[in-house]
Amino acid sequence: MQSVTRTDVEDFLFNEAELLDQWRLPEWLTLFTEDARYEVPCTDLPTDASSDTNLFYIADDRMRLGERVKRLMKRTAHAEFPHSKTSRIVGNVRIHARHADEIDVTSVFQTLRTKDGVTDLYFGTNKYRLALRDDGFRIREKRCLLGGEGLRPSGRISIVL
Amino acid sequence: MNAEHPQPALLVNPAQRIFKVARRNFVDPEIFKAEKEKIFDRSWLYLGHSSELPKPGDFVTRKVAGRGILFTRDSKGQLRALLNTCPHRGAQVCRERKGNAKSFQCFYHGWVFGADGKLRSQPGEASYPEGFKGRDTSNMQPVPRFETYRDFNFISFDGNIMPLVDYLAGAKEYLDVICDQTDAGMSIVAGSQEYSIRANWKLLTENSIDGYHAATTHATYFDILMSSTDNLATGMGGGGYGYDLGNGHAVLEYGAPWGRPVAQWIPGWGEAGKSEIERIYDNLVQRHGEARAERIARKNRNLFIFPNLVVNDIMALTVRTYFPMAPDYMVINAWALAPNDESAWARKYRLNNFLEFLGPGGFATPDDAEALEHCQRGFENSKEALWNDISKGMGKEKPHHDDELQMRAFWTQWNKQMFPAPASGIKSVAA
Repeated sequence: MQSVTRTDVEDFLFNEAELLDQWRLPEWLTLFTEDARYEVPCTDLPTDASSDTNLFYIADDRMRLGERVKRLMKRTAHAEFPHSKTSRIVGNVRIHARHADEIDVTSVFQTLRTKDGVTDLYFGTNKYRLALRDDGFRIREKRCLLGGEGLRPSGRISIVL
Repeated sequence: MNAEHPQPALLVNPAQRIFKVARRNFVDPEIFKAEKEKIFDRSWLYLGHSSELPKPGDFVTRKVAGRGILFTRDSKGQLRALLNTCPHRGAQVCRERKGNAKSFQCFYHGWVFGADGKLRSQPGEASYPEGFKGRDTSNMQPVPRFETYRDFNFISFDGNIMPLVDYLAGAKEYLDVICDQTDAGMSIVAGSQEYSIRANWKLLTENSIDGYHAATTHATYFDILMSSTDNLATGMGGGGYGYDLGNGHAVLEYGAPWGRPVAQWIPGWGEAGKSEIERIYDNLVQRHGEARAERIARKNRNLFIFPNLVVNDIMALTVRTYFPMAPDYMVINAWALAPNDESAWARKYRLNNFLEFLGPGGFATPDDAEALEHCQRGFENSKEALWNDISKGMGKEKPHHDDELQMRAFWTQWNKQMFPAPASGIKSVAA
């Protein structure tokens, strides 16, 4: 665990961004542990708020994350049919803490999404807990802290941030 | 304005079961302008819930129909709705979204106001006449009208509007049914969903009380629900009715297969959940009797209060309000409401339920937004393709919840306020 470098983490996160940009969502899902969580809190909440007691935009356990992926790959997920085009930039990657079997990581993101002639910008910070496995990292927790106030004018999170 | 327009806003003929809405109503800048004056300046508008300001000094700032409002609980515990503008030179006084404060200071020249809006002090007081502070015009101005029903706080910019309870008409009884879920009071859960849709605001009114679109627009949600519940057969099809509640308000009330934290159990919630739900249900029966308890717990309600408040009592309880910013752009604020005496288990499942279906990151709301935006795009053809049809269920003695009576109720009131004297060409405005 001590030998993990920031470059290792960057490679992992850049790969994650590429899978999402290419809509390879089932493959992206394999990056997560079985007990994983993916959460996007509302922007008027403290960054460490719990989704058990506060209203979020997204609070997926691994099962619902799987449903999210299944849904987004269907034609009947109307908000993403046809799939939007996205471009994710991931930067400012930092390892904040090293534990026995996982590390705490943050990165900032800027994601552009284009659909039907309209382009929206999503930006903020992603906080990760990355588990170390023999074959590389797995995401145990991904908490997306949106910059800005609310979702205006982007309006929705129909992609994965 | 409309009188000179060759095309009426509505085309209604009950005998032939025709109810058409001009698509121009969704795109015309003149309509957009007139709505500000004739709808939003003459209605009761939802401001916030009393639970958002539990303690003296608590405040939130909020935009309602284009006005900045400072919503406070003053030192005596009384709720106040103030126009968030300094009586001196107009600057916005409070620039924070929420918090607790003993007083509010306008940073421009330093005037200080209490949470009741009264001027406390101003720099250079000696240069003002004696008694200046005692003048009403020296205080922050309250909104023209401010009234509360069961912790739902409304404001109106029309000083002569009828009292809120009269305005609510038949919607009052439905708010009662919703609030009677508990006798411990309800609170807004922390976390505000603030989003937007690139579509006319009236499309969200229609969508919020539209029981017809669920099976197709929300196909993916029902796929998931089907895999997590075994009572889908009781489903969305025939189990409910739509009602015109007067003054433009409407509701649909129906049975549905999803779990309800108050109080309909689904297998996905396990045995622990089952006993909890049974306890809540038994409690309702004790307080309200079997029939009303059954209605409170097992029926779903999509309640619309004219012109822009939706209270959805479905797989969770939501409060949603929205405002037009342009003919083709609206902003939306949505909250979760929950009983104060709810267990941690139930609260968790409530929020889980909420996010599965609702909100801009859920499995349903993004598809609604997509539908509304594509209606707005379709209206690009409104000069040639003139009309929307909302006649479904017309002439039925008791229209079903997936008929369109609710929309006809909204549009009839909208038309009455927009064009009070029947304009030439409007054949009828009856729903």
